[in-house]
Amino acid sequence: MLPISVDEGLTLTTLIDILVQGILLGGLYALFAAGLSLIFGVMRLVNLAHGDLIVLAAYLILVATNALGVGVVGGLAAAIPAMFAVGYLLQRLLFNRVLGKDILPPLLTSFGLSIFLQNGMLTGFSADSRRLPAGGVETLSVPIVGGLAIGVLPLLTFLAAVCVIVSMNQIFYRTALGRGFRAVSDDPVTAQLMGIDNRQMFAIAMGIAMVVCAIAAFFLGLRANFDPTIGPARLIFAFEAVIIGGLGSLWGTLAGGVILGVAQTAGAAVDPEWQLLVGHLAFLFVLVLKPRGLFPRSAD
Amino acid sequence: MSVLAHQRFSAATGTRLSAIAGVGALALVALLAALPFFASRGLIQDLFLVFSLLALAQYWNLLAGYAGLVSVGQQAFVGLGAYALFASTMLAGLDPVLSILIAGAVAAIVAWPVALVVFRLKNAYFAVGTWVVAEVFRLVVAQIKSLGGGTGTALPKSVTNDSALISLIAHVTGSRTPAARDMAAYWLALVVVVLTMALVYALLRSKRGLALSAIRDNEGAAGSVGVNLARTKLYVYVVCAFGAGLTGALIYLQKARISPDAAFSVTDWTAFVLFIVIIGGIATIEGPIVGVLIFWLLQDQLAAFGAWYLMILGALAVCVMLFFPEGVWGALAHRYDIHLFPFRRRLVVSGGKGAT
Amino acid sequence: MALLETRGLTAFYGDFQALFGIDLSVEAGETIAIIGSNGAGKSTFLRTLTGLAPTRPEHIHFDGKPIGGLSAPAIVSQGIAMVPEGRRLFPSLTVEENLLIGAWSQKRAGHWTLGKIYQLFPNLAERRRSPSTVLSGGQQQMAAIGRALMSNPRLLLCDEISLGLAPIVIRDIYAALPLIRQVGTSLIVVEQDIAQALAVADRVYCFQEGRMTLAGKPSELTREMIHAAYFGG
Repeated sequence: MLPISVDEGLTLTTLIDILVQGILLGGLYALFAAGLSLIFGVMRLVNLAHGDLIVLAAYLILVATNALGVGVVGGLAAAIPAMFAVGYLLQRLLFNRVLGKDILPPLLTSFGLSIFLQNGMLTGFSADSRRLPAGGVETLSVPIVGGLAIGVLPLLTFLAAVCVIVSMNQIFYRTALGRGFRAVSDDPVTAQLMGIDNRQMFAIAMGIAMVVCAIAAFFLGLRANFDPTIGPARLIFAFEAVIIGGLGSLWGTLAGGVILGVAQTAGAAVDPEWQLLVGHLAFLFVLVLKPRGLFPRSAD
Repeated sequence: MSVLAHQRFSAATGTRLSAIAGVGALALVALLAALPFFASRGLIQDLFLVFSLLALAQYWNLLAGYAGLVSVGQQAFVGLGAYALFASTMLAGLDPVLSILIAGAVAAIVAWPVALVVFRLKNAYFAVGTWVVAEVFRLVVAQIKSLGGGTGTALPKSVTNDSALISLIAHVTGSRTPAARDMAAYWLALVVVVLTMALVYALLRSKRGLALSAIRDNEGAAGSVGVNLARTKLYVYVVCAFGAGLTGALIYLQKARISPDAAFSVTDWTAFVLFIVIIGGIATIEGPIVGVLIFWLLQDQLAAFGAWYLMILGALAVCVMLFFPEGVWGALAHRYDIHLFPFRRRLVVSGGKGAT
Repeated sequence: MALLETRGLTAFYGDFQALFGIDLSVEAGETIAIIGSNGAGKSTFLRTLTGLAPTRPEHIHFDGKPIGGLSAPAIVSQGIAMVPEGRRLFPSLTVEENLLIGAWSQKRAGHWTLGKIYQLFPNLAERRRSPSTVLSGGQQQMAAIGRALMSNPRLLLCDEISLGLAPIVIRDIYAALPLIRQVGTSLIVVEQDIAQALAVADRVYCFQEGRMTLAGKPSELTREMIHAAYFGG
């Protein structure tokens, strides 16, 4: 995406290009955010290590791909159960012990975990930038009207985001497990009276969230370089997408991701250094006008 | 019933132990003030950072431990204060020591509208919101070319060495300018940290401090008995921004070199501060003191190990939260019931006969 | 051997003692009523039975086994289910989903299925897909009872099921109790409405300030005895 020069001006094509690229980028941000949204919905936990866990997943995919020699999709297939286990254990051993009425312990614990993970990965993998081997997919594009083209990878990312959200909604609203999640989210005490083991539910939810993080990491690693320090920025994007979209709705999170993506892409089009800033300003703008987000669930 | 009529009731906070500790503290401060005359330059430089971090920790503790506002974005004000100092000295040509105060004021003024935005979020979302604000500050500052843009800039010698304070010190102690500069920074930091602790202690003993404890324990109940939640929180937020800005200015005056990534670093100005408070003991004044000493010790032994050091800090913070969330000091105070800076109010009954 | 027996049951909230040694029993198939004013300890008693409040294992025996202090989910799988005070339906779930969640720990096959619950409470069937929040108070109470029955409990605990409901509605709800008893379920009914409690119970216990002040069959108890036990002094 080249910055718009004064000579070119703002043509309709440029605007549509920004919009399309931004929407597709939003798909990636929605993938970052979906796990965060699930965890907050079920157990009111904001995991400050969320971004670092996405990066960890990316490294796991890389390691699995290199070790198993089955290509990067095989690497993802191996990383998914591994990340489920990571999430399950993290919840059972760590977060279940600090969740409670006080907000400080889970926050401070997840912050400590974030620093631990970042520096653990720095120690284990060095600060070198890595990339998942995409075998050329990252350069493919599909032409659409007016001389514009959509990258195949961004398109797949967006479609993956939609699939993940559809799947998660299916789980939440069509399965017994999802019923359990909603009950625990509504009223953890009465849920126990139904025979639901809250700690087990939280652990399963965290496992699912980590699987979504693995999928997010897959697309992140294919499209851009990653290194141990990029976690916090992913957390912030995820968080911004959730807040812009509104708490309690996964489709809202997709919308939030799209708005963030478009804002960032528009900013980058004017000046690459402005990409992040415009995104943050869009977030703050929404926060001031609609503190509960654009599409909050009314029950909250 | 008539027994009660003869009695007077008042609330007191001081205890005998705290009185002893008070005398001890004065002696300690006197000793620290005299230190530059006989200690090594290395120690003075180390202690400068210790005092600065302790000040930052006390402010963060006030915000998070007492007001319940867990911010992971105080680096916004540290960096803002630092850049305000650079602007004030380099661009406006003002005295460095005056500029430190200006930096604090700038941070406080900016904190007001920032609070209006971030207060719309609660708890963990508030935390990340403050982080976003810090990122915005970093990105905006990186666009300011006159202050070095994205790569940063350095203070010229005319600013760092030619202050009235440094000349005075050099004259009085007979030392050369670089040593005098270190001493000046040291004394300023000592003043800042002592005043900070006095401020925090006075605040907690005041009516507003009582309001803070009430808000922390039960926000709804506090509101229902007339505690003005919004105003109290805003007040604390602005005070802590002032403190962070002031301390940031002081730190970067001494460092003399600044860049957006450094001045707004989450690791340096939030992670370390957070760990100091958690490991030392949150919601106590003594806790951060213990925390910064532990931190200094670890820093000394482990800083050479870079990422390992931070891993250990992170793991330590997690362990403290899991097994003794009140921190090292908190655990000790609990066990032996020691409070050197007590502000819990005790009912003092005087006059009248003894109870039946 | 009684189905449920408590021996010297105590309960504390921090330093505050809420129950001072309760001895109570429920035979299989019996309906027990517990009456008492607010703060008497009735709800605390139910909380210890259901595992929401801690107590020592030997204080509560169910089917001869000590179950005191077990976690709430474990108690449910033993066969004790509660209709909580205030109904406490899940707002994010529809009526049918609320019923289904009652069968979460479905370890025992039994009489109660979704269909049978709808037979018991027909107006729930009409509203099965509605969010539980749009139901009237009486319908919510029926849904809460149905939800508890879905786990096919051997002992059903009903905490203040008449609270906040009109007399006609209360009558409809209590009309369902005999049908529940027919299946062989034992009941503990905590009630503020003394007349209703006496009408439905085989035996009545009265609590006052954490102690049991009266026990007996409704036919044996006079107005004066109940008054004295209820208010104490």
